[in-house]
Amino acid sequence: MVATLPSGHKRIDCAEMRGVSKRFPGVLANQNVDFDVKAGEIHALLGENGAGKSTLMKVLYGLYRPEEGQILLDGQPVTFHSPADALARGIGMIHQHFMLVPSLTVAENVALGMKPKRGIQLDLEEVRAKVRQLSALYGLKVNPDAYIWQLSVGEQQRVEIIKALYRGGALVILDEPTAVLTPQEVKELFVTLRTMSEQGHALIFITHKLGEVRELSTRITVMRDGRVVNTTPNQDVDRRKLARMMVGRDVLFQPDRPPINAGAVRLTVQDLHAKNDQGLPCLQGVNLDVRSGEIVGIAGVSGNGQREFAETIAGLRSAVSGVVLLDGKPILREAVSSRLKAGLAYVPEERMKHGIIGSFSVAENAILQDPDDYARGTFFNFRAISRHADQLIRSFNIKTPGSGAAAKNLSGGNIQKLILARELSRKPAVLIAAQPTRGVDISATEYIHHVLIDQRSAGVAIVLISEDLDEILALSDRIAVMYEGCIVGVLNREDADVETLGLMMAGVTDHVN
Amino acid sequence: MNLRISRSDFIIALAPLIAFLLALVAGGGILLVLGKNPIEAYGVMLDGAFGNEASLFRTLTRATPLLIIAVGICIAFRAGVINIGAEGQLFVGAISAAGFSIYAGAQLPPILLVPLTLLVGMIAGALWGAVPGFLKARFDVNEILSTVMMNEIAVQLLLFLLSGPMIDPEQLAQGTRVPQSAQLPEASWLARLAPPSQLHTGLFIGLAAAVVVYLLLWRTTTGFRIRAVGQNRDASRYAGISVPRYLMLGLVLSGALAGLAGAVEVTGITHRVVEGFAVGYGFSGIVVALFGRLHPLGAVPSAFLFGALLVGADKMQRTMQVPSATITVLQGLVVIFVVSSDFWVRRYTARRQARVATNMPITPEVTPATPSEVSA
Ligand SMILES: Nc1ncnc2c1ncn2[C@@H]1O[C@H](COP(=O)(O)OP(=O)(O)O)[C@@H](O)[C@H]1O
Ligand SMILES: [Mg+2]
Repeated sequence: MVATLPSGHKRIDCAEMRGVSKRFPGVLANQNVDFDVKAGEIHALLGENGAGKSTLMKVLYGLYRPEEGQILLDGQPVTFHSPADALARGIGMIHQHFMLVPSLTVAENVALGMKPKRGIQLDLEEVRAKVRQLSALYGLKVNPDAYIWQLSVGEQQRVEIIKALYRGGALVILDEPTAVLTPQEVKELFVTLRTMSEQGHALIFITHKLGEVRELSTRITVMRDGRVVNTTPNQDVDRRKLARMMVGRDVLFQPDRPPINAGAVRLTVQDLHAKNDQGLPCLQGVNLDVRSGEIVGIAGVSGNGQREFAETIAGLRSAVSGVVLLDGKPILREAVSSRLKAGLAYVPEERMKHGIIGSFSVAENAILQDPDDYARGTFFNFRAISRHADQLIRSFNIKTPGSGAAAKNLSGGNIQKLILARELSRKPAVLIAAQPTRGVDISATEYIHHVLIDQRSAGVAIVLISEDLDEILALSDRIAVMYEGCIVGVLNREDADVETLGLMMAGVTDHVN
Repeated sequence: MNLRISRSDFIIALAPLIAFLLALVAGGGILLVLGKNPIEAYGVMLDGAFGNEASLFRTLTRATPLLIIAVGICIAFRAGVINIGAEGQLFVGAISAAGFSIYAGAQLPPILLVPLTLLVGMIAGALWGAVPGFLKARFDVNEILSTVMMNEIAVQLLLFLLSGPMIDPEQLAQGTRVPQSAQLPEASWLARLAPPSQLHTGLFIGLAAAVVVYLLLWRTTTGFRIRAVGQNRDASRYAGISVPRYLMLGLVLSGALAGLAGAVEVTGITHRVVEGFAVGYGFSGIVVALFGRLHPLGAVPSAFLFGALLVGADKMQRTMQVPSATITVLQGLVVIFVVSSDFWVRRYTARRQARVATNMPITPEVTPATPSEVSA
């Protein structure tokens, strides 16, 4: 094996952290952690939110100085005073939130912060050529002259990877890289990461998603509460074992579902047509009935109209034609507020943008839709508000310093619990949950599933829109598959399996019906 | 709800004050260039603003309209709309109030005349704010442009009315044709609190407005919706709030207060509308609001400070024989420093939030490119 990488930089055969401890005021984020990664390896770092994964990697990247422990590169102890030191030794990191300047081009972003080689002027032409070369070598499709603001999230991530490679990243750390990606983009990322590891890069991949870990990694280190629980080769474990290590107890992947007790039809959708943001038809005659006490899963590859379907029912997108009945009453011409009053609840896909007001407190978010119910006349009854908020926090186990904390400071899973708690506290007839567990960690996912099943038992008609087939299969009584703006088939839970659904999602429906 | 104050909130609250002092330091440099001793000049200024009872009253009098305007500006900003139109709203408020009291004053009992005159001013200002509000709500017209244009229209309207339909009959009789209105009937004047100073009961109207707007924004469902729309229009829409209605309401209420300020100024001080009446008040009001951190109660000390600055600078100019442009420069400096302190504070809080969200220090030259979902 040669000691240089295709990117032209020296490789790191082994990076090792020994006995690393890092303390923050009030928390021991890392406690005597041992960790190592080798060239050609994809080492997954798995753990729930707050387990200390990011902290450990920031120590390796020179952002934090550990209180104890040391870092060895190819056997040599090293001390990093800043990320610049780590970069100089070939360690790169791609953060959960990208660090790109939107108004600059890809090449300019890559060049940013680099010392010019000759004179004062940075040779952008050279950077451009190098970006092209790296993108060819690693299969990262990026146009060096595109502006960052023009790029999708997935493309921006590619820019981050190129940036890391350009700067000599022999060891690249990716902090939850899939959290912001669509499933298609995730696939592309995985191809890139495999290429990189085959070329001799050492990769560390942080995540809390078990499926990804199983699919991609060679070795897995599980962290919990700042400590390493275990490090094992991928083939020696299964999902169940990993989940137990992560959470510290057994996790129910298949929530207990009492037998279905479906009642009257509460939501009826007939021949619904709507247009997407570009003004093109995206719902082309959707028909669906949802009964009290059942969960209807809507499966489909993203972009086949699921989002627009949810928005049209919720009143956020106007329908071209069709009928939507809620408990027999037509609602398609009603304003959002009257649909909410009529018993509709909606958990939107983009929870930070649409589900909460980040700067508002947890309590304020808890009364967002019905502030009038917590007021005498027009004046708020603050006692009632905080009683309501505290109750939601308690009964949904929302982790927050208090009901006065700004909602944006909660973790994704807890924000989702807050939204769900708020929607359900209004005792809805129909709940539309769009991607309710996307980006949410295992214990919160388990909890959310449990809540949905409970609501089903309580007689709510639930529409579950998800790209996660496992989730659809675990929860739904019936599964409707959406393809190009139509529901191409509805299967009973018993008749559905991943194969059939996959084919239907691709538009193949011959064998159904 | 939103009442707890942390240490960093305290620093943020102090930022405008620091900016104010830095502006004075920079102004000192200009005074030096002019060959004046800045210490002496500022001494004169301080004396002019607070030196004795009379000057303190002058400061309070000057602060009154600024306070009322600023309180209104707070509402608009909280609704997420930027009202640059306070100037025009004030003009139409003043001229309408004046017109009402001149033409209807004789028919009304004095006890009703004052409140009705003020109400007319408010309504006129509200209508002047409703136009850009409607354009914003219905057609998404940029409110900065539309409110500025409404200012121009108001200026021309004022000039037209003062030189034509509403011109003082005495000016006509004497043939001098100075563009000004007739004097308001005495029954519509606001009571003076401490003659011979001009301090009048409008001060209490301003303080009451600050409290009322504070209660409106933080204690009522309407204010809650206004703030929700101001913070996140998407989430508000998803929650069933009629976003256009509250955008419009923000501008209407903001205009109503600017109109009230005009009515208070004309009934409290000038007793007639003259050309050049209250010019610049609307813009100073915006600065006062920013300086008060867009909080109606913050506007109280802020208006007082600005009143003092204006009154003190006046005295300084007369005593120290500096060009009158110096005063404008000094005010401009304060505006620039305060507005940029706002910018710095926003950067600081954004960074603090980013750090909370990602638990990491952010390198100075870069900003996160995507407002992506926080999933950690
Ligand atoms: N900069 C910081 N200041 C204070 N506490 C922090 C900081 N960064 C992380 N923590 C705390 O350390 C623990 C581990 O955090 P982190 O490493 O971000 O977890 P993970 O990446 O596994 O979700 C958490 O309890 C978190 O609140
Ligand atoms: Mg993390």
